[in-house]
Amino acid sequence: MLEKVKELKQSFDNAIQSAVDTQIVENLRIEYLGKKGIVTGLLKDMKNLSGDEKKSFGQQVNQLKSEITDAISAKLAQLQAKAVEREINSMPDFDVSAPPVLERGSFHPITLVQRDCERVFRSMGFTVEDYSEIVTDYECFEALNIPKFHPARDMQDTYYLENGQLLKSQTSAAQNAIYKKYRKALIEESKPIKAVFPGRCFRNEATDACHENTFFQMEGVMVDKNISISNLIFFMKTMLSEVFKKDIKVRLRPGFFPFVEPGFELDINCLICGGDGCPSCKQSGWLELCPCGMIHPEVLKAGGIDPEEYTGFAFGLGLTRLAMMKYGIKDIRDLNSGNLKSLSQFTQDK
Amino acid sequence: MFLSMNWICDFVDLSGLDKLELIHRFSLSTAEVENDIFMRGEQISGIIVAEIVSVEPHPESKKLHLLKVDNGHEIVDVVCGAPNVKIGMKTAFAPVGAKIGDITIAPRKLAGFVSNGMCCSEEEIGISDDNSGIMEITDDIANGTDIKSVYEIDDIIFEVDNKSLTNRPDLWGHYGIAREFAVLAGRPLKNIDTLDTSVYSNLPKVDMKIEDPLCYRYTCIKVENITRNISPVNMRIRLYYCGMRAINFLADITNYIMLEMGQPMHAFDSRKVEQIRIKRFDKPFEFQTLDKEIRHIDENTLMICNGDTPVAIAGIMGGLDSEIVEDTTSLTLESATFDPVCIRKSTVRLSHRTDASMRYEKSLDPEMTDTAIGRFLYLLCENCKDVKIISALTDEYIYRYPEIAFDFDKKFVDRYTGIKIDNETILNTLNSLGFDTSLENTTFSVKVPSWRATKDVTIKADIIEEITRIYGYDNFDVHTAESPLYPVQISVEKNVEEQIKDILVKSYALHEVHSYIWNYYDELKTLGIEPEDNVKLINSTIAIRRNIAPTQLCQVKSNVSFAPDFGIFEVGRVVDGINPETNLCNEKKILCITLFSKTKSNEQLYLQLRDMIAVLVDDIKHKNISFEKAEQAHMWQHPKNLNSIICDGRKIGEIGLPYPTVMTKIDKKSAIVYAEIDVAELAEIKSDGIVYDEPSKYPEIEVDLTFRSDFFAPIDNALRKINSPIIKKTGVVDTYVDSIGKSITIRILFADKSKTLTREEVSAVTDMLIDMLKQQNIVMKE
Repeated sequence: MLEKVKELKQSFDNAIQSAVDTQIVENLRIEYLGKKGIVTGLLKDMKNLSGDEKKSFGQQVNQLKSEITDAISAKLAQLQAKAVEREINSMPDFDVSAPPVLERGSFHPITLVQRDCERVFRSMGFTVEDYSEIVTDYECFEALNIPKFHPARDMQDTYYLENGQLLKSQTSAAQNAIYKKYRKALIEESKPIKAVFPGRCFRNEATDACHENTFFQMEGVMVDKNISISNLIFFMKTMLSEVFKKDIKVRLRPGFFPFVEPGFELDINCLICGGDGCPSCKQSGWLELCPCGMIHPEVLKAGGIDPEEYTGFAFGLGLTRLAMMKYGIKDIRDLNSGNLKSLSQFTQDK
Repeated sequence: MFLSMNWICDFVDLSGLDKLELIHRFSLSTAEVENDIFMRGEQISGIIVAEIVSVEPHPESKKLHLLKVDNGHEIVDVVCGAPNVKIGMKTAFAPVGAKIGDITIAPRKLAGFVSNGMCCSEEEIGISDDNSGIMEITDDIANGTDIKSVYEIDDIIFEVDNKSLTNRPDLWGHYGIAREFAVLAGRPLKNIDTLDTSVYSNLPKVDMKIEDPLCYRYTCIKVENITRNISPVNMRIRLYYCGMRAINFLADITNYIMLEMGQPMHAFDSRKVEQIRIKRFDKPFEFQTLDKEIRHIDENTLMICNGDTPVAIAGIMGGLDSEIVEDTTSLTLESATFDPVCIRKSTVRLSHRTDASMRYEKSLDPEMTDTAIGRFLYLLCENCKDVKIISALTDEYIYRYPEIAFDFDKKFVDRYTGIKIDNETILNTLNSLGFDTSLENTTFSVKVPSWRATKDVTIKADIIEEITRIYGYDNFDVHTAESPLYPVQISVEKNVEEQIKDILVKSYALHEVHSYIWNYYDELKTLGIEPEDNVKLINSTIAIRRNIAPTQLCQVKSNVSFAPDFGIFEVGRVVDGINPETNLCNEKKILCITLFSKTKSNEQLYLQLRDMIAVLVDDIKHKNISFEKAEQAHMWQHPKNLNSIICDGRKIGEIGLPYPTVMTKIDKKSAIVYAEIDVAELAEIKSDGIVYDEPSKYPEIEVDLTFRSDFFAPIDNALRKINSPIIKKTGVVDTYVDSIGKSITIRILFADKSKTLTREEVSAVTDMLIDMLKQQNIVMKE
């Protein structure tokens, strides 16, 4: 009987050695260890043996059974390792050198610049207001101390509509509504008015690479009891340094706009040469950037705010111009063209 | 406007000061100076006055002459090609060693003869554009004198942007500019020399009458015997440097006064203006101005007339008939002020802007009309001894601007500026600018000078500008405001707009575009779309758009080659007609999305857009959307599959396809879908917020059922009706079309938070569903 066990072991060892896949191993397991397998069959033969023989034979068979079980596990592990190795070796090197497919959307460059500015103003406590594109003559001119005969009202500059309204020619058209919206909080709760209002403006002019009849501005106002020219310069310098992400030098020159007094043209040191003079600043070292000034008393009055008690400053940033400066857009008409060859390049900015 | 530093220095002594630095300060304190500053005269040196003492023809050239020129120390031989050479003529002469531009004059052989120098034209020495011959000097100047020592050829010329002077009528002449320089330099402003006209008050007056209140003041005087024709050299140089051409003495002096004082003047032939009347006419007529143009004058245009015959357009241009001509012996000088709005409007109507009208429309100071005449006569008599004044100064002054005077407190200045400017600085600044200012305790009393009181300075805030601009904004101590801080409120609508953009760009790779607010007439035509009528721009056929989708279809067409699949969107405005009650436009803020695909079917693309909108609404409002069939309202819409998008019981927009022919015109084989959503409607929906549902700790059961149905809606309705608490989620996992028709496989997820569900509990629900659908003839797929 012991001979039989040895023979079996020998034949199993031969069989498992030559096994090349897991299925063969599984077949072997069934053949030897299955319910009707050879090893199980051996145990059936045991009943014919005497006590001692039975014990010794039982031990032999159990040992054989555990040897076979271990050998099968080992073989399976070996085959799995080989399979993994084969899988690894069979995988080709991917072509990472192939250009990546950048399938993603784009924001309009104005949106990017506008968000950038809004972020700066919000961080300084300014609310962001939205306003209509079609406004009344009162909002756009009268409430802004632009008298009836002012050239800005002429038909050739402003798009008037049949019903007497007009396409707003400046974001300042929202000033009156903003004063009226916040005047109560200003007067009764001493909450200063701090607001910016980005928006689309329209001027009736022939378009070319530098001129558009439809463009974006962002107006800002701050009104409180003691707002001064000194504050205006401070805020402009601080905000513009944030917008351009570097320390900006500003300078004010007198400028005439009916809705401010005094009114200024604000220049910043040229962003390209830093102020030394280059072709883009016409060698002056300065760039004219935005009109600003102390809000005209008549404009405050029209908004229901007493100019004897309150003062404020206002400024107007040309968002379209900022976007063109920031991204080096040469033709202003690209912005309204809907041409995805140019617009799809403006993916998330940061 | 070009300005001459020499001219400014007639009125303020700037000696010893850096003039370029002063110009820079002027730019920062008064009005913008253009970058290019011209150093006139710099290009020439060593040019002298010399006399031609002999002229011989050149033996071989018809053009050239052989001259002997007296340069003050010797007689030199010169070859000259100018046609106007003559014996005894004095001219500008560049001797050997002189410089003109980059050229240094040296002896040079010209057609066989040596020329020791060059006779110069006015153009060559840069004082006019006359190159017809050499300069003829008629003044009595010793030969050999450096020309720059007798004529003001060296000058600094700078240009001020006219736009920056719109509110400053006083700066439209050198005298006003000189006042600014005087203040900036801290030097006194000199008086302007005039001729005292009161000595002629016994002479008869000119027959003149203002018959229209649009003429504020009219001042005139008659002179005769002007024997001089060519203006003095220095006057001609200044005019030329300031951008005007010298014409003749009389015209030049008129222009000179305008450039000096800002007061336009006009000279009439006295024979043509015996009865000066200033008025408007009842009927339009044609009138020939002195530039020989025929102009259409209407009833709003103010005219200067001789009795009833118009002779000039007030403030704009004289008439051809009354112009000074060869045989004019006496002339009438006009110096007047008109209503600035009237002049500006006439200018626009006539589309004819002149140097005079440009000044008048700025609201000139009427106080200066008589001074300008005094100045005119002074210059006339200085330069032409024979002149006779033959009338009294005749002056009608019917509208005076009100005198402006007010008080302000030192505290007001401190509060407005935010810095401390001392009382003395304030007093000095204002007084030197001509504001008569005094201080008592802390109150300043100020009287605005007439030249600033026509519109420019009216209130206290204007005075702040006067003080601060001279103080210098660069000298300001800048500091932040001391206002209290409050949290910043962000409007819901603004937030929604930003969220929309982020989702569409970042999750769906769409491209944001902008477009114009009016209809795209030409582009719509190529798509066969008739632009819709709406409120129009005045005097135009262009109407504002009612929808953005047609515009986006045009934009899609222009981008068909961009990529096989792309989508664009815009948050823009449209006008939905006019509100009849308020007569105001119904302006709406609309999100429009258009998708284009060469790889997907219309249905696939449509459902993709539907899912996009569902995510958009879910992200922003945490609410579901549903759809209702909508009626075609525009010809560019496809009548089928046009659906209203419903959220929270309200219609927030529409989703659809373009009309088949429109689609074909964009691209024959592509799918195109669009949606428009009213941003305000969406913003107004109350957000449900995130409602957290704790997952069940017990096993969930998934059941797939396949029904023969064209639409999910009946299945959905049945599930709603059953409304079982153990149904957690339902979705469509597959749709399939075979020979019998369409079938839909749904997957229902069952779960209970408190126990493990049994098969029976689940079957009870699914059996109910199957039964309910069977009643509607929707059966399970075999």
